[in-house]
Amino acid sequence: MAYLLHILIITAIYVILAVSLDLLAGHAGLLSVAQAAFYGLGAYTSALLTVKMGATFLVGIITGMLLATVLSLLVSLPSLRLSDDYFVIASFAFQMIVFSILNNWGALTGGPTGIPGIPAPGVFGGHVLTHAGFLMLAATCAVLSYLVVWRLGTGPYGRVLHAMREDEVLAKALGKGTVRFKVTIFAASTALSALAGSLYAHYVTYIDPTSFTVMESILVISMVIIGGAGSLWGPPLGAAVLVSLPELLRSAGLPSAAAANLRQIIYGGMLVFMMMFRPRGLVGCYSFGR
Amino acid sequence: MHCESLYKSFDGVHALVGVSLTLPTTGIVAIIGPNGAGKTTLLNVWTGFIRADAGRCALSDRDITNLAPDRIARLGVARTFQDLRLIQQISVLENVMLARPNQRGERLWAALLRTGVAREEAVNRQQALSLLRFVGLAENANQLARALSYGQQKLLTLACCLATEAKILLLDEPVAGVHPEMADRILELLVKLRNEGKLIVFIEHDISAVRRIANLVIVMDAGRIIAEGPPADVLERPEILEAYVG
Repeated sequence: MAYLLHILIITAIYVILAVSLDLLAGHAGLLSVAQAAFYGLGAYTSALLTVKMGATFLVGIITGMLLATVLSLLVSLPSLRLSDDYFVIASFAFQMIVFSILNNWGALTGGPTGIPGIPAPGVFGGHVLTHAGFLMLAATCAVLSYLVVWRLGTGPYGRVLHAMREDEVLAKALGKGTVRFKVTIFAASTALSALAGSLYAHYVTYIDPTSFTVMESILVISMVIIGGAGSLWGPPLGAAVLVSLPELLRSAGLPSAAAANLRQIIYGGMLVFMMMFRPRGLVGCYSFGR
Repeated sequence: MHCESLYKSFDGVHALVGVSLTLPTTGIVAIIGPNGAGKTTLLNVWTGFIRADAGRCALSDRDITNLAPDRIARLGVARTFQDLRLIQQISVLENVMLARPNQRGERLWAALLRTGVAREEAVNRQQALSLLRFVGLAENANQLARALSYGQQKLLTLACCLATEAKILLLDEPVAGVHPEMADRILELLVKLRNEGKLIVFIEHDISAVRRIANLVIVMDAGRIIAEGPPADVLERPEILEAYVG
């Protein structure tokens, strides 16, 4: 039972990451490869505040989200005034810089050894220690994140995002300040990624930089592609499929080294299959990006 | 709208050479000239999509020379493009609703909390439907934009321009490539809009359309304005007739 709950908790965390990227890539047509960096920022901010300064989980989570929002401006403000290609490059650079800092600034982040002993989250004065309690917390955060993305992706705001994705020149001609929309949507997306990071840190109680590499960003991108970018259920479904896959391989009794390699092969195969035969993902409305 | 000494070159090709112009506040202005004369470049400079190398543009004494396209649009200048630009994946009605200005629901917090958005959407929906009735597309309101014919898509771009509440409409070849009956319908709408006090500036190769509705004709060649005046005057000049009318 604990194993099943563990899978569900990890799925809920990845659902947050997938919908946060979908807000950006699926709805607004902006591809970021820095989701893992903001995920890591949320995790490390929350971990450092709770472990070293004795802050509460809620303070950690909110500070992580705010920090991610502020740092997102470093990527978006210079690059989004140019073409979206620069944004992809800037996000990649940011991802590499954040990983490098996490890995090398030993005095603050613990370097490759990471931060152990992160406390389980305290919500409303209590400690959520059980798997079931944490699942409720993670699922609530996933549902709230989903609602945020749904609200921003529909109605007048969503119409502008979709217009930017389909034809930015037209959106500008209609008086829509596309840079403002891109900057705010990226900030919202990174805040959600940081939320996922905080939850992850307090769930596993130990973090190190290897959880926040560019490969993690690519995993989240794969979830969105496989599920279906810009769709209601696609990204959560993609997250569920890609979180469950390694567990299914494990249950098939393969040696862990072989399972890891096989997993990469299956990811690659799935992505090629989706691009060729279902470019809109399992339940997607639009093809990925522009 | 006023521009003064506009210059623009692309890799040594002079698209605009000292173009100065003052447009009336209402009426229909046609810009004609051969391909490569600089007509679309002039529209792009006016609307901020291309920066002029030199010169300035003003709108009611406000300098708009280096403003971003969205800011110029918000000042009341709407435009269409030679290549039809619409959001093909959404409905005809939503395309027009998208164009409505100053929407509360386009602000992040209002979108998240949905405060007052439903009421605003209902108003925008009614106004969009009324514009679709005006251009004759009310029955197509719920179709995807891509399902419309080419002529209907031109009408939809016009409805989107009107939805912005702009006073100045800059139209790049509004009747090019459409069925003659549809062209007639579009021209009639432009006359109605002029009578409502709008300024319509349109680029057109169809001289009969220009003769029919324009109050003022501007002839461009090689980046320069070579003639300007009422159609009855400009279009009768032998050199213009020979070069552009045939």
